[in-house]
Amino acid sequence: MAAGTHYLPGLTPTNEASVQKSDDAAGYYVLGDKLVDPKAPTGPIAERWTTRKFENRLVNPANRRKLDVIIVGTGLAGGAAAATLGEAGYNVKTFCYQDSPRRAHSIAAQGGINASKNYKSDGDSDYRLFYDTVKGGDYRSRESNVYRLAEVSTNIIDQCVAQGVPFARDYGGLLDNRSFGGVQVSRTFYARGQTGQQLLLGAYQAMERQVAAGTVEEFTRHEMLDVIIVDDRARGIVARNMVTGEIETHLADAVVLATGGYGNVFYLSTNAMGSNVMAAWRAHRKGAYMANPCYTQIHPTCIPVTGAHQSKLTLMSESLRNDGRIWVPKNAEDCTKDPRDIPEEDRDYFLERIYPAFGNLVPRDIASRAAKYMCDEGRGVGPEVEETQPDGSVKKFRRGVYLDLGAAIERLGKDKIEEKYDNLLDMYERITGENPYEVPMRIYPAVHYVMGGLWVDYELQTSITGLFCTGEANFSDHGANRLGASALMQGLADGYFVLPNTITDYLADGPFDKVDESHPAVVEALDGVKSRVEKLMSINGERSVESIHKELGQIMWEYCGMDRNAEGLKTAIGLIRELKKEFWTNVKVLGSADSLNQDLEKANRVADFIELGELMCIDALNRRESCGGHFRSESQTEEGEALRHDDEFAYVAAWEFGGEDGAPILHKEDLIYTAIEMKQRSYK
Amino acid sequence: MRAVATTTLIKGARSTRSTIALKLLMAASGIVFILFVLAHMYGNLKAFSGEMAYNEYAEHLRTFGEPMLPYGGLLWILRIVLLGSLVAHVGSAVALSIRAHAQRPVKYAVKKNKASSLSSRTMRWGGVALLLFVVWHLLQFTIVKVNVGEGGQTPQITENPYQLLINAFQPEQWWMVLIYLASMLALAFHLHHGTFSAIQTLGFTNTAESRARARVAGWVVAIVVAGGFSLVPLFTVFGVIS
Amino acid sequence: MKLTLKIWRQANASDKGALKTYELDGVSQDMSFLEMLDLLNEQLLHNDEEPVAFDSDCREGICGMCSLMINGEAHGPEVTTTCQLHMRSFKDGDTITIEPWRAASFPIVKDLIVDRSAFDRIIQNGGYISANTGSAPEANSVPAPRDKAMRAFNTATCIGCGACVAACPNGSASLFLGAKITHLGELPQGQPERYSRVQSMLAQHDHEGFGGCTNIGECASACPKEIPLDVISQLNKDLRNSMILG
Repeated sequence: MAAGTHYLPGLTPTNEASVQKSDDAAGYYVLGDKLVDPKAPTGPIAERWTTRKFENRLVNPANRRKLDVIIVGTGLAGGAAAATLGEAGYNVKTFCYQDSPRRAHSIAAQGGINASKNYKSDGDSDYRLFYDTVKGGDYRSRESNVYRLAEVSTNIIDQCVAQGVPFARDYGGLLDNRSFGGVQVSRTFYARGQTGQQLLLGAYQAMERQVAAGTVEEFTRHEMLDVIIVDDRARGIVARNMVTGEIETHLADAVVLATGGYGNVFYLSTNAMGSNVMAAWRAHRKGAYMANPCYTQIHPTCIPVTGAHQSKLTLMSESLRNDGRIWVPKNAEDCTKDPRDIPEEDRDYFLERIYPAFGNLVPRDIASRAAKYMCDEGRGVGPEVEETQPDGSVKKFRRGVYLDLGAAIERLGKDKIEEKYDNLLDMYERITGENPYEVPMRIYPAVHYVMGGLWVDYELQTSITGLFCTGEANFSDHGANRLGASALMQGLADGYFVLPNTITDYLADGPFDKVDESHPAVVEALDGVKSRVEKLMSINGERSVESIHKELGQIMWEYCGMDRNAEGLKTAIGLIRELKKEFWTNVKVLGSADSLNQDLEKANRVADFIELGELMCIDALNRRESCGGHFRSESQTEEGEALRHDDEFAYVAAWEFGGEDGAPILHKEDLIYTAIEMKQRSYK
Repeated sequence: MRAVATTTLIKGARSTRSTIALKLLMAASGIVFILFVLAHMYGNLKAFSGEMAYNEYAEHLRTFGEPMLPYGGLLWILRIVLLGSLVAHVGSAVALSIRAHAQRPVKYAVKKNKASSLSSRTMRWGGVALLLFVVWHLLQFTIVKVNVGEGGQTPQITENPYQLLINAFQPEQWWMVLIYLASMLALAFHLHHGTFSAIQTLGFTNTAESRARARVAGWVVAIVVAGGFSLVPLFTVFGVIS
Repeated sequence: MKLTLKIWRQANASDKGALKTYELDGVSQDMSFLEMLDLLNEQLLHNDEEPVAFDSDCREGICGMCSLMINGEAHGPEVTTTCQLHMRSFKDGDTITIEPWRAASFPIVKDLIVDRSAFDRIIQNGGYISANTGSAPEANSVPAPRDKAMRAFNTATCIGCGACVAACPNGSASLFLGAKITHLGELPQGQPERYSRVQSMLAQHDHEGFGGCTNIGECASACPKEIPLDVISQLNKDLRNSMILG
């Protein structure tokens, strides 16, 4: 029997546990014990979640108000969980760094949310959504988790409609769907290009209702700086009141992290300015495992960088690829010309050329990499941006490719295109000052989402007892790559339906012994945070936090971006270690710690990004295969396609913190499938 | 009327105790005034029919409804309704103005007006000006019956509404004509925004089209009323009415 | 581009505050307005002066965190949020006055940052449809007429930035309130609580100190999401109906 299959009685595994032969990251890590999800369900895949819900212990309604739950982050995963747990009668405290829970970055999701409603009668089902998601994730996710996600997807739509989320409707007043992200069924529900906003406002309103009901207490402009662990259980957090600067402790029976992704480790990403890894990273340092940190989704259709001043990137919905043709000039000397003056025969529609079957609709990672290669060749378009090469020299590149709506406008008419993409095209014009109806748009890939995150078991509990993690912050459902319109689905699935049904089993043991503010573990956590803040304020060096963050981003993007290799990753690790020293000896934070201080907030975040960046590189270095969002140039087919190594890497890489100067410890959780067979993907 | 951020939620809300209730009161009383000025303006045009017709009309207003109503009864009913509307209109305006001022204790160093019309921004001071005008107007034609022209305070003039009117707007009293024209301009401004605002406050402008229609209504009422009122002093000062 | 910036500096809520003038060189047309402020802050840091505090998060015009009164216009001269405003809307040598939203219900926290939690409390007091998780009927069991659903969506795009309050001479939040009333009131799911909602949300609006509406339309013209003035008419209508039906 293969390792890890012991929990599948009566089921036939379709693969064997992998055995890693390569060891690129030797010396950078310590190999730990294999990891098994202790909460993994058994039985036929379609019954696992139902069985689990029945078997889990419940909490008597009268006892619920005696149980305190802290939820950090109020996006889809956090807000929905707060609302649901509040409705159930628990005492919930929520924390967000924004001035209102309504501003969480879930709000920026444009495209839509998947659900296997099969309203179009086009053969969709829970199983098909499960199948597409596992396949889309390159067989690097847990099948039980993904099936559960597909199963509850339909409940999400019901719930959101009942809350008043204004989804698009057809003329009969019923819900409309569109197809999204290259799947063959129409299962994406949407609210024009603002689906994330509408879903978030639904969750936010449900949560505010509970605030009024007294079950949820919300703390805005509060940032979690550490988790408090008492007797091996997460019992609270240390948070900074960002207005007064006060460092506070908040205690509870369970803590939920719903703090989103860490794409800002790349400095430039489509994440919000404040999105950060601090909560997850602090938990990691206290014992929570970080899983697959290198899995980063790079979105092909973002608005390109215009210069060194750039503070963030903006996504253009991928749906534009349905009507737009992507090209670069065939000759580098044409790159500075007005694209309208470049004749058809001098244009290279590279996606259509390389991938004739899928053309412009190839998956995100393939489209992104192809664009990068074109620009690396010197055929990029748009403004020139300076880039530091591995040898320290500076070279100039144009980082952009054309996305041309010209043919679609000719075919469908300007009105039709306007109706479909109106707000998107307006936004493009506002940012670039160019009219996309006349001049081809310029796009370039950008970091958009991270599939990696805190390791959680089937019940969304991290490796710290009592510490749960939901949404983008955990690693659980997308494997090595996430399908379009699935992030919203996972956030709400976790928040409305999964966590509220699993956390009860943990809370059934509570209320736990009351923890006093003066408990040594609480005092220690509080003092730790205070001394870190004092340290940051006292370095008084020369460099702004921003400049160090920017430098980290450049290292990550160059060496741990779309195309990674062993040599580059090792270089990156070296550079990041130097940068960490630079940060802790030469950063400059003005103002005081006991007032609103945005530089101090950033400094706290960047300090953790630096440490995370190193771990991401080590994880990427170890995984000598190409899967989903992770592409190792050592692992490609003769045609230059991503090549997975299921025999070596069909596992979740869960990293344990190895101490301040120690190497991280790798725990491998084997991925064994019973309900689906692994296949190598091909888009040629 | 608190003017600082609070952290409490209000329970047992009552719609009659809200800012919108004040606005509804303002809209309703405003509509009473609009109807009144329309009727008043129409009555004034009797001046074009000569002294007999005009004075007959004035007298008729007093005998209207007899014997059900006593002499002057209708006028007193109207006066009470108008006075009540005035109290409601001014009272809610003052209450809402106080709120507005309390809400912006620190003014902007630079502030541009992008969409609002001049008329909409002058409602408060325009309203005060109109109130002053109404006081003078009542003193002049109803309460004291001030003859500003030749002939002094003789009953032949003060007890003859037509003569009182003609005497007020002779070329020698050009300043009086100016006061009235300026007041009518103020009235036009007030009606231009007031009419639209009342329709919006009553909740009849739920589409872009209906909002455009309400704006047209504002123009029409302003021009008809202020224009109609202005005819009499203008035609008097230029000698058409004598 | 070279700019003269007059920026409101205020250390905390109780500080008096004043406009301070800065010269900034090296501004690019391609910068967003907030990137221009980032540049200023970098310059201030190097001169050992505390950077200007201002709110922003998504920087793509949807979260509603950014604010700023720019030369007397909420979110500046274009119909968009400050984070999506670009420096090509300004000229070399321009003087730009930057102030926080000014309303007693939005007390200043620091510099250009204000506290907009009053909006959260308005939502808490009825700005929702009561539907506990798990209690929802099948989504397609209640059709919603398409035009009503579209109006609901259009008004639901409000980002809660507070520009309407900032632009309104009365400091009224009627546009914000009307947008939510219209959004929820247009949907079949929103009917059961329709009249109690408008009463309690309005009561909270008034309790927070926001002014009354004088229908002058500055709010709608400042709204980066182009929420039309007709939501205020809808708000008035629903309140009027609630007096009879509520």
